[in-house]
Amino acid sequence: MSKRPEGDNAADRREFLKLVSVAGAASALPFAGDASGAGKATASAHAMHDHKSTSASLSPSRDGYEFFNTSESAFIEAAVDTLIPADAVGPGALELGVATYIDRQMAGSYGKGDRLYLVGPFGEGSPQQGYQLAMTPSELIRIGIADVNGHTQRKFNKTFEALSNSDRTAVITELDDRKVDLPNVPTATFFGLLLQLTIEGYFADPMYGGNKNKASWKMIGFPGASAMYMDKIEPFRNRPYTAEPLGIQDLA
Amino acid sequence: MTTKLSPVDVLIIGFGWTGGIIAKELAASGLKIVALERGGPRNTNPDFLDPQIHDELRYAARHDLMQNVSRETLTFRNEPSEMALPMRRLGSFLPGKGVGGAGVHWNGVTWRWLEWDHQPRNKTVDKYGEKIIPPDMSLQDWPISYDDLEPYYDKFEKTCGTSGKAGNLAGRKIDGGNIFEGPRKNEYPNPPMIASQGMVMFEKAARNLGYHPFPQPSSNASRDYVNPDGVAFGQCHYCGFCERFGCEANAKASPHFTVIPLAMKNPNFRLRTNATVLKVNLDSTGKKAVSATYLDARGREFEQPADLIILSAYALWNVHLLLHSGIGKPYDPATGKGVVGRNYAYQCGGGATAFFGKDTVMNQFMGAGALGSCIDDFNGDSYDFEKAGYIGGGGISCASSGARPVQFHPTPRGTARWGSSWKKAVVDHYNHTLRIGNQGAVMANRSNYLDLDPTYTDVFGRPLLRMTFNFRENEVKQMNGQADICVNIAREMGAIRVDREVSPIPYSIVPYQSTHNTGGAVFGLDPATSVLNKYLQVWDVPNVFVTGACVFPQNAGKNPTGPVGALAYWAADAIKNRYLKSPGPLVGG
Repeated sequence: MSKRPEGDNAADRREFLKLVSVAGAASALPFAGDASGAGKATASAHAMHDHKSTSASLSPSRDGYEFFNTSESAFIEAAVDTLIPADAVGPGALELGVATYIDRQMAGSYGKGDRLYLVGPFGEGSPQQGYQLAMTPSELIRIGIADVNGHTQRKFNKTFEALSNSDRTAVITELDDRKVDLPNVPTATFFGLLLQLTIEGYFADPMYGGNKNKASWKMIGFPGASAMYMDKIEPFRNRPYTAEPLGIQDLA
Repeated sequence: MTTKLSPVDVLIIGFGWTGGIIAKELAASGLKIVALERGGPRNTNPDFLDPQIHDELRYAARHDLMQNVSRETLTFRNEPSEMALPMRRLGSFLPGKGVGGAGVHWNGVTWRWLEWDHQPRNKTVDKYGEKIIPPDMSLQDWPISYDDLEPYYDKFEKTCGTSGKAGNLAGRKIDGGNIFEGPRKNEYPNPPMIASQGMVMFEKAARNLGYHPFPQPSSNASRDYVNPDGVAFGQCHYCGFCERFGCEANAKASPHFTVIPLAMKNPNFRLRTNATVLKVNLDSTGKKAVSATYLDARGREFEQPADLIILSAYALWNVHLLLHSGIGKPYDPATGKGVVGRNYAYQCGGGATAFFGKDTVMNQFMGAGALGSCIDDFNGDSYDFEKAGYIGGGGISCASSGARPVQFHPTPRGTARWGSSWKKAVVDHYNHTLRIGNQGAVMANRSNYLDLDPTYTDVFGRPLLRMTFNFRENEVKQMNGQADICVNIAREMGAIRVDREVSPIPYSIVPYQSTHNTGGAVFGLDPATSVLNKYLQVWDVPNVFVTGACVFPQNAGKNPTGPVGALAYWAADAIKNRYLKSPGPLVGG
């Protein structure tokens, strides 16, 4: 996106939305047509944090949750929105369906630990020895969500998703800095998985439920799964290559 | 209940590059050959078709083509004094599974190792004296030289359609190729690939600094190609989905469409997939292998008798099979005696991440697994060991192997890992960043080894392989020295910010580093310090041969597949022309 004018956030936002609209995707995006800049976008995003009041047409969970219960999905929606918020630079994880992505991952083989060796005895070991928990990723996420909500209940008398943006950011910062000792899961392991899943859902092919309309690919300039560059690698040396990104389902 | 099958002449265990090469080379012998592969069959069509194969999540992040460690894994510790714990998920390295093995999902970097890499002890002692070798470093020469292997390197390059530029044709040094390589009889079968923006910048900077850059030898075909066996390759698409993926174009050399279909044309050959070998069985003398026991997909147990058995699984699992079958004496680090599991080595890394301004556009998503530019000015013995303070060095390169965003979204060190500032940094740097990498050699050390774990078992009830490994002083110095060189190159390239990196110290099994696990069943001149003789034949059990990177006495600053393939051809020649004529030890022990 090097053609984007620098230092003009509102223009950036318009540019981004224009690109999204070209893909015929505007209706799926909660902020389509809202070109008033970061402040407004954040306010809109905030309205979505109320799990119950999210209208069906705007809800990232309109496809329904397979794995998460309503309390957990509210947490995940709020968490991904805090980890990758919508702003003038580009779309947020929530609007791109990352909560749905994480739900599908937790419901599926990865969440169920299909490629994890889960035979005991279990010991803590050194950091170099890696993951040593007896939990699958979906168990880790579920227990971790309850742990974090327990923490915010004690500290704010509210669950995580009911916190203000700044309080959520403060809690996520505490988790990242390991300032909170969660009772049932190692804080760094839980937070690491949450962040990993959020970034995956943001950048993975849209067929997995996140990265709606390839919006993260548009943001960074990754052309996606359409990949035939034998005649382009030399002419586009040190030259911007702009192409409408294509996902696997666009090409199949 | 075990079903005993009728005997065959040759049994091949593991069907990737080396098993495929040996099966193909023995096809004309008329012998009855069976290959057992623990994974399933795989073909370009329908397994690796575009667009489905361009799925970063499935293949790169979720390891769809790799071994599933829920069934078979290993345990790991840094030091012999620690308790080893299981590698519960893949991380540092990614062994393959299925027909073609890791040869399906490799990048295609195809080196001839440097002359020094074949005779590191003699050449080091000649130049610097014995004292430069640390007492705990089990530096050991190969039993054959680069010149012995040269025709086989040539053969493997032609099989793979390797694209590159010679730097030493029969002793004549050629600018633009690798002037540090050993003398070659022939040019590469294909010209170099098209250079990316990053490579152009790297080459210019390296030349400015007085180094000798050259295009990385790549088995991603730079043009349509038919190899000497009549196998057709398509020109590489530069799609940027190579390592961890299969290739839709048959441009990346892989055993599944080269040597394996040729082996399978042989009417005397049978491949059994989803067949997990549990053990090689010996006779009462312990000096002769008689059969292998395996399970089929349904879990039925079979015993397959054979006159000759080839272990051609992944390096680590060959060593596991040797240990579990009681072939060769296990290594004991306390006494230094024993050989199986000795001299396990790996790769050390690091380098520099170079961040450029928005006016420098990389388009790294246009790339290929083995596309890159390299220097060997600090690899092998191209540099002064005494001055540098370390032995072995490493290859330094700037690769353009893709920019898939789940795993590639570089940000400068110190950037938040999430939030708006993270996102802005990703957008600012995604298309304006390069990595200058050091692929460092790892010298063998008496405390780095493989044995059987006393606690944990695989799904079949066998003890897991136990890996004891750490980066030792030589490697720590090397990573630091090489990282400084990478930083200098990045600065010369005009980077506005450079982050210097080394691999995690102590070695960690968590982040991906390299699938270049070597040693544990090394070949050599002396049965006291090697499992195999120079023909890859087990000293103690002469009707067993072992192929793969487990035979290297130490690792080099280069990818292993070139010599792995060359040595498979070398062993196949020895089997065809020596062993079959007179079965027995080919070298007096």
